Amino acid sequence: MSDSWSLYVIALTTTMTVAVIWVLLANRRGTGSVDKTTGHKHDGIEEYDNPLPAWWFYLFMISILFGIAYLIFYPGMGNYPGLLNWTSVNKWEREQEAAEATYAEIFARYREIPIEAIHKEPAAMKMAQRIFANNCAQCHGVDARGSLGFPNLADNDWLYGGSAEQISHSIQQGRTAAMPAWGQVLGEKAVVDTAHYVLSLSFASQTKDYPYDSERLLAGEKSYQTFCAACHAADATGNTLLGAPNLTDSVWLYGGHLQAVIDSIQNGRAGVMPAYAKKLNADKLHLLSGYVYGLSRYEK
Amino acid sequence: MSANKHSKKHSKIHSKKTSKSEIPLVDVDASGLDVNKIDVNKIDLDEVAPSEVGEIDFYQKRERIYTRPIKGFYQRIRLLTGWPLLIAYFGVPWLQWGDRQAVLFDLPARQFHLFFISLWPQDLPLLAWLLIIAAFLLFTVTVWAGRVWCGYTCPQTVWTSIFMWAEQITEGTRNQRMKLDAMPWSWKKLSKKLAKHSLWMGFAALTGLTFVAYFVPVRELAADVLFLEASHWAYAWIIFFTLATYINAGWLREQVCMYMCPYARFQSAMFDGDTLIVAYDNARGEARGSRKITADPKALNLGDCIDCKMCVQVCPTGIDIRDGLQYECITCALCIDACDAVMAKMQYDKGLIKYTTEKKQAKQTARILRPRLLGYLGATLIMSVLFLFVIFTRTPLSLDVVRERDALYYALSDARFENLYLLKIMNMSQQDQAYVVSLEGLDNAQLIGDITAQVSAGEVYEMPLRIQMHSSDLDSHRVAFTFYVESQSGKYKAGAESRFLSPLNASLRVNQ
Repeated sequence: MSDSWSLYVIALTTTMTVAVIWVLLANRRGTGSVDKTTGHKHDGIEEYDNPLPAWWFYLFMISILFGIAYLIFYPGMGNYPGLLNWTSVNKWEREQEAAEATYAEIFARYREIPIEAIHKEPAAMKMAQRIFANNCAQCHGVDARGSLGFPNLADNDWLYGGSAEQISHSIQQGRTAAMPAWGQVLGEKAVVDTAHYVLSLSFASQTKDYPYDSERLLAGEKSYQTFCAACHAADATGNTLLGAPNLTDSVWLYGGHLQAVIDSIQNGRAGVMPAYAKKLNADKLHLLSGYVYGLSRYEK
Repeated sequence: MSANKHSKKHSKIHSKKTSKSEIPLVDVDASGLDVNKIDVNKIDLDEVAPSEVGEIDFYQKRERIYTRPIKGFYQRIRLLTGWPLLIAYFGVPWLQWGDRQAVLFDLPARQFHLFFISLWPQDLPLLAWLLIIAAFLLFTVTVWAGRVWCGYTCPQTVWTSIFMWAEQITEGTRNQRMKLDAMPWSWKKLSKKLAKHSLWMGFAALTGLTFVAYFVPVRELAADVLFLEASHWAYAWIIFFTLATYINAGWLREQVCMYMCPYARFQSAMFDGDTLIVAYDNARGEARGSRKITADPKALNLGDCIDCKMCVQVCPTGIDIRDGLQYECITCALCIDACDAVMAKMQYDKGLIKYTTEKKQAKQTARILRPRLLGYLGATLIMSVLFLFVIFTRTPLSLDVVRERDALYYALSDARFENLYLLKIMNMSQQDQAYVVSLEGLDNAQLIGDITAQVSAGEVYEMPLRIQMHSSDLDSHRVAFTFYVESQSGKYKAGAESRFLSPLNASLRVNQ
C-alpha cells in the first residue's frame, strides 16, 4: 500500500470510529414520547415505543473498545503492522511448524525401517499415499501408472533402476534425461530406418504386422550400432546409469507406434524429474521412497 | 386475524390504558366486526403524535427482578419435565456403546456417533430434516398449548431456576436479598455474595465441562482436566461455556427471552384464539383491592383479586399478568400456583389466574381440534415416520468418484484410451468391511488396479483405478457409466456416476 492510500485508510478508520462514538453518546438522551407509545393506533392496538435495554449501550461501548484494541494489536490502520506483528503468512508458518512438531513423531516411527520393508506397514503406506497424491500424482497419476512422457512407477520397468537406493536417489536428486535429436545427423531416411529397426526389437512389435522391410532393418541396425548403442547398449536393453530406456520391451514412455519413435529419434526427448530433497523432509522422503518401491511389489 | 394477534403480542394490549384511550379489551371478533369485510381504506387511523413528548433516556435501566419461590401443581410438573432433561444432559456423555462413547460428535474425524448410528457430513440433509421436524413439533405444541417449550423445557429457564435456587439458599428470601443489595458492603454481604457466585460458577463449570464432553470423550476429558493435562483448546472451550452459562443464567436471565431469543418473538405468530395461555380473569378479579379475610367482597364492591402482588413477585420475567397477554410471558405458570395458593387461603375458588384460551375468556365456543393444529400434527407425523424409515434403512456405505485432474484421457498406441479415476469408498458402518468394485454401462472395459478393498469402520479408502477402452467400443467421446461398490456379504451397495472421455473428434478416436 502506498503512503497516500495508507493515510487515506487511517483517516477513514479514525473518522468513522470517532463518528460512531459521537453518534452513540449524542443519542443517550433526547426528546421522545414520555408515555412510551409511538402514538400509532390501529384496530384498537397501540404501538409501544420501548427504550432499548441499557446493557445494549454497554455492548456497543465494548464493541468499540474491542475495535480500537484490535487496531492497536493487529494490522488495520493503513501500513501500521500492529503491536503483535501478525500477518497471515507468519500465522501459516506457525501452523506449519506446529503441524511438523505434532506429526514428526509419527513419521519418525518409520525412520529405522528400511525402504524395502515400508510397504509392509499399512499405516505408513496410507500416509505415503497422501504424500504421493500431493507431490507426485500431478505427473505420475494418482495410481502412479504415469502417462505419455511420465513413467509408470507401478510396473517393474525402471529407467534409472528399481532398487531402494536408486528410487530414493531419483526422488531426492531428480533425474534429467537427454535423448539427443538425431534428425540433423542422420537425415530423414536414416531416422525412419532406425525407427523401423528399433520397433522390430520391441517385444510388442513382434506381435504386430508392421511392414518390415529387410533393407530398412539392415540400414537401421547399422545406424543404431553407430549412434544409439553407446547409451541404449548393443543389445538395446538400455542403461540405468544414464536413464536410457530398454528398447526391447513393450514399455514406451513416449509412445510405441512408428511416428512416435520417429519423433523421438528425430527431435530427441528431455524428460525431467524434479529434485525433492529440499521440498520434503527426510522422513517424508523415506516414506515416499518406500511407497514407490512398494508399488511394483503389488503388481498382479 | 393473525396479523392482529401478531402485533398484539408485540405491543401488548393494556388494560391500564383502556380507561385513558377508551379502547375496550376485547377481541376484534367479539366486538362485532366482521374481519373479512373490513375495507382497508375505511380503517380509522387516528394519529399522529398524540403521545406526550419530553426529555427521556433512550436506554432503559434494567430493573432487578427478585423472585419469590413458590410451590404448586404446575411447579411439580415443571420438576418432572426439567429433571429428566437435566439428568439426560449430564448423564448422556457417560453412556458407552461398544468401545466408544454412545453420543460423541467427533469433529476432527467428522463423524457424529449417536448410539447405533454414525453420521457423516454426507448425512447433513438428515440433520436438516431433523431440525425441520423439530420446528414443526414446536409449531404443533405452540398452536395447541402456547409457549410450553419456554416454561417447561428451555435450558434458559431450567438453568435460571437452578441459579435462582442457589441464590435462595445463599442470600435468603426475596426480602432478605433486596435488603442485602441495598446494604453497604460488609464482610457479611461479601461472604454471602461469594458463596452465591461460587455456587453459580461451580454449576456453570459442570455445565461447560459436560458440553465439551459431547465433543471430546468424557472419560479422558474428566481425568485430563482433573490432572491439568487437557489440551488448551479443551480448557478454552470449557471456560467459554462456563462463562456463557454463568452470565446467561446468573445475570442475563429474562433479558435473553426478552431481547435475544427469536423464538420468543415468532411464537406469537402461531397463537390463535384457541391456544392455551396463562391469563388473569379480568371479569372475576376486578376491581382489585385488599380486604380482610372475613369481609364480603361484594359488599365492598371488590372482585376476587386481593392485589397481593404475589403473581408479580414470583414472575421470572417481571411482568404483571393482570395486564393481559404479553410477549414476555414464558408460561411457566408460577403466577397460577401463587394465585391459587392465595385463593385457597382466602377460601375463594381457584383459577383467578389460569390456563385458558382467548375464546374461553370471551365466552365463545372453544375448539381444540382445528385445521391448523391437525395440519401441523399431520405434517409432523408424516415427516417423523419418513425420517425414521430413512434412518433405519440407511446404507452405511458411500462412494465418491474423482476423475484424474491432469488429463481428460490418455491415448495408447493401439487405438485404446485410458481414463484414470480416484474412488473414495466410505465405510460409514460401525464394522470393518470388505468391498469389491464393479462398473455398469461400459462394455469390454479393462480395469487396471486392485478392485477389492479392506476398509475398517469409519475409514475413507482411496482406490485409484484405471479403465482402458478400445475405440471400437466407444460410440461417443463421452460415455456415462456407473461405478458400484458392494460389500462382500452383498448387504450394502452404493453407486456413483462418472464418465469415460476420449477425443471429441471421432476420426482421432478411431484412427489413432
